[in-house]
Amino acid sequence: MSTPTRPTEREVAAPAPAADRLQASTARRSRSGRRTSWATPWLFLLPYLVLFGTFVLAPIVYGVWISLHDYDYTLPGKPWVGLRNYTNLFDSESVTAGPFWDGMKATAIFTVFSVPLLLVVPLAVAVVMNQRFRGRNLFRAVYFAPYVLGVAVIGVLWRFLLDRNIGIVNHYLGVVGLPDDIPWLTSVPEAWVALVGVTVWWTLGFNAVIYLAGLQDIPNELYEAAKVDGANAWQRFRNVTLPGLRPVTSFVTMVTIIASVNMFGQSYLMTLGQPGTDTRTAIYAITETGLRNFRMGDAAAMSYVLTLVLMLLSLAVFWLFRERKS
Amino acid sequence: MSRAARNEQSISRRHFLGLGVGAAAGAMIAGCGGGKSASEAAGGGGAQPAQTFSGTYDGPEVTLSYWNGFTGGDGPFMKQLVKDFTAEHQNIKIAENTVQWNEYYQRMPAAVTAGKGPDVGAMHLDQLATNAARKVIVPVDDLAASLGLTEDDFTTEVWNAGIYQDARYGIPLDVHSLAMYSLNDPLQKAGVTEMPTDNDSFMATLDQLKSSGTANPFWMPTRWPAHLMFLSLLWQNGGEPYAEDGTKATFDSEEGVAALQWMVDVINKGYSPKNVAQDSQYVAFKNGEVPITWDGIWQINDLKTAGVENTLSPIPKIGETDHVWANSHNFYITRQTTGDDNKLQAAKVFIDWISRKSAEWAGAGMIPARKSVRDSAQVQDSPQGPIAAKIDTLKFLPPVPGLGDVQAQTLEIAVANATLGKESPADALSSQAARASKLMEENKKKFG
Repeated sequence: MSTPTRPTEREVAAPAPAADRLQASTARRSRSGRRTSWATPWLFLLPYLVLFGTFVLAPIVYGVWISLHDYDYTLPGKPWVGLRNYTNLFDSESVTAGPFWDGMKATAIFTVFSVPLLLVVPLAVAVVMNQRFRGRNLFRAVYFAPYVLGVAVIGVLWRFLLDRNIGIVNHYLGVVGLPDDIPWLTSVPEAWVALVGVTVWWTLGFNAVIYLAGLQDIPNELYEAAKVDGANAWQRFRNVTLPGLRPVTSFVTMVTIIASVNMFGQSYLMTLGQPGTDTRTAIYAITETGLRNFRMGDAAAMSYVLTLVLMLLSLAVFWLFRERKS
Repeated sequence: MSRAARNEQSISRRHFLGLGVGAAAGAMIAGCGGGKSASEAAGGGGAQPAQTFSGTYDGPEVTLSYWNGFTGGDGPFMKQLVKDFTAEHQNIKIAENTVQWNEYYQRMPAAVTAGKGPDVGAMHLDQLATNAARKVIVPVDDLAASLGLTEDDFTTEVWNAGIYQDARYGIPLDVHSLAMYSLNDPLQKAGVTEMPTDNDSFMATLDQLKSSGTANPFWMPTRWPAHLMFLSLLWQNGGEPYAEDGTKATFDSEEGVAALQWMVDVINKGYSPKNVAQDSQYVAFKNGEVPITWDGIWQINDLKTAGVENTLSPIPKIGETDHVWANSHNFYITRQTTGDDNKLQAAKVFIDWISRKSAEWAGAGMIPARKSVRDSAQVQDSPQGPIAAKIDTLKFLPPVPGLGDVQAQTLEIAVANATLGKESPADALSSQAARASKLMEENKKKFG
């Protein structure tokens, strides 16, 4: 409501009764009863705003500018091309459209299969972890442990474990009499099973911890009341736990979708995008275009299209988890 | 000898004057140098513009940022060379940065653009043109001249591939090619006495190994170094992967299809398992599971350290001629160095020195680029000696800017798709060659 100039006028004119009335709303808000300067909230926000402006806002604007040029930062000339980088993405004849939409497709496949698992499995883990039993803390730590590892560790580790010919996973499958020649990393759909499986194993601990925090926030009285009403375990879960977790679930869903859409390291390290470019995700394609081929303009345009899709997806999630009035 | 002595002298002087600590030690070093008075030494520290390379560096102490990608069995040898160099040149400090080659070509141009890159470094021959076109690296013709390097000292291909638009951008250190590694034990057991040299004897060897109990004697990789095998076979068949002028890709030619078909047949005939993922053929070779594999000669030391008893021999002549893919490590100087004459001069001294020491570099498994060094007993008797003897069969990619990136996105994918059985060799090659041509056209526009 306040522009930078008006509050200053107010401050100057403070003694006048009219100005006092004008300022009433601001003054009322300050707990001590003293008048708050217009600058106070901005000063509180300043450290964050500086970081936000420098590392988020400015790059966003700069990125748009890059996406409108044939931008190779190692070359002196960066000619303006208008929207060509964007139109190229929708022109099947261009060299950028193919890799980008293949990447989007791979991203979609990965997201569709990983998100539901990453919502359900951690919830189950969290519910178990929320029980009282011996060694509970140890189990909590065990489930969270993979999350502290970097993607590089995860990628290299599983690349060797899952190797078709020399990997230990196939070896033990063979030992127990199952097929031991599954191409986990070089063929689809096996590669998707591997990528989704590894990602679930790696990140479920994070989601489980958030769920666990949510579970501990649900008042015990509700469960007791439900018990008194004769609700069984499933009914208590269905009617107390799930509604109680709604805000947490909404957060977890959003974060998981964003993380899945941004998947890069796993396929970069484990499958190299194989077979062909089938497991090359959108971020992978953007990285190749921008950082390996120095086609920053194309890569920036791709990023904005991906961002737009992600924003639409987020809106859909918000809509799904909105408070429904009965 | 005298040059080294002179350098030592001025450096030690600098230490003595500049630091003023550990006077006794300083005096000792200075004493070794002898001769010059303190004022002379101080005066000699001024920066003189170094248009031509004089062979020495007497200026003030400089620190050169030196980037390379020697992360494998070659790494320790480069570290030792750098150590020896700094021991001899005390006014030149070397800040070494070793980055995996894979990441190297992404980071290096970005770092130089930001002014935080290397002053001097090593890169592959097939990246010189790209970085020259990007003006990341600068011509070193004067250095080549003062080193007395001429075409006669190298093979024509290595020498010419360092030239982009009439200027020389790289000083070749070594050449390295694909070669055939075989495990001694299983081959002896199978009764193989001579290493195969052509298609018939190669297949016969594989059959011998098969009948002696190795189900899959030769694993066909689908990624690295699969495309190097493909390029070798393509050249052996008489084809060329790219038009010399960099306008289009020609690897989908008849020769290319035949080359890739041969690779696929190795899998189809059961010599190799299917779906060999990245690196697994090499790991399996190290584990003694695969008796024969084709890989780069730079793996010599890795296998030696792992205690793998093996023999190195040239890639057999599968096609009509004896060609094999090769690359070369070249020294370059970046744009960033040219602003500082002292650094420029020091960088040249560094390149000059290492280039002369390339016989020691042969210990890293490489073949020295210089003919005089290559003919030395030290190289002839090395494990890679038999490969060095066939240096004329080595083939290099043409110096076309951006070609490395094009190849990674097209040819490598085609080879992978065919060896994974996703597409027929002809289909895989033709669709990727079309894409490669398109990318090359765009590069041509971009780099002029």
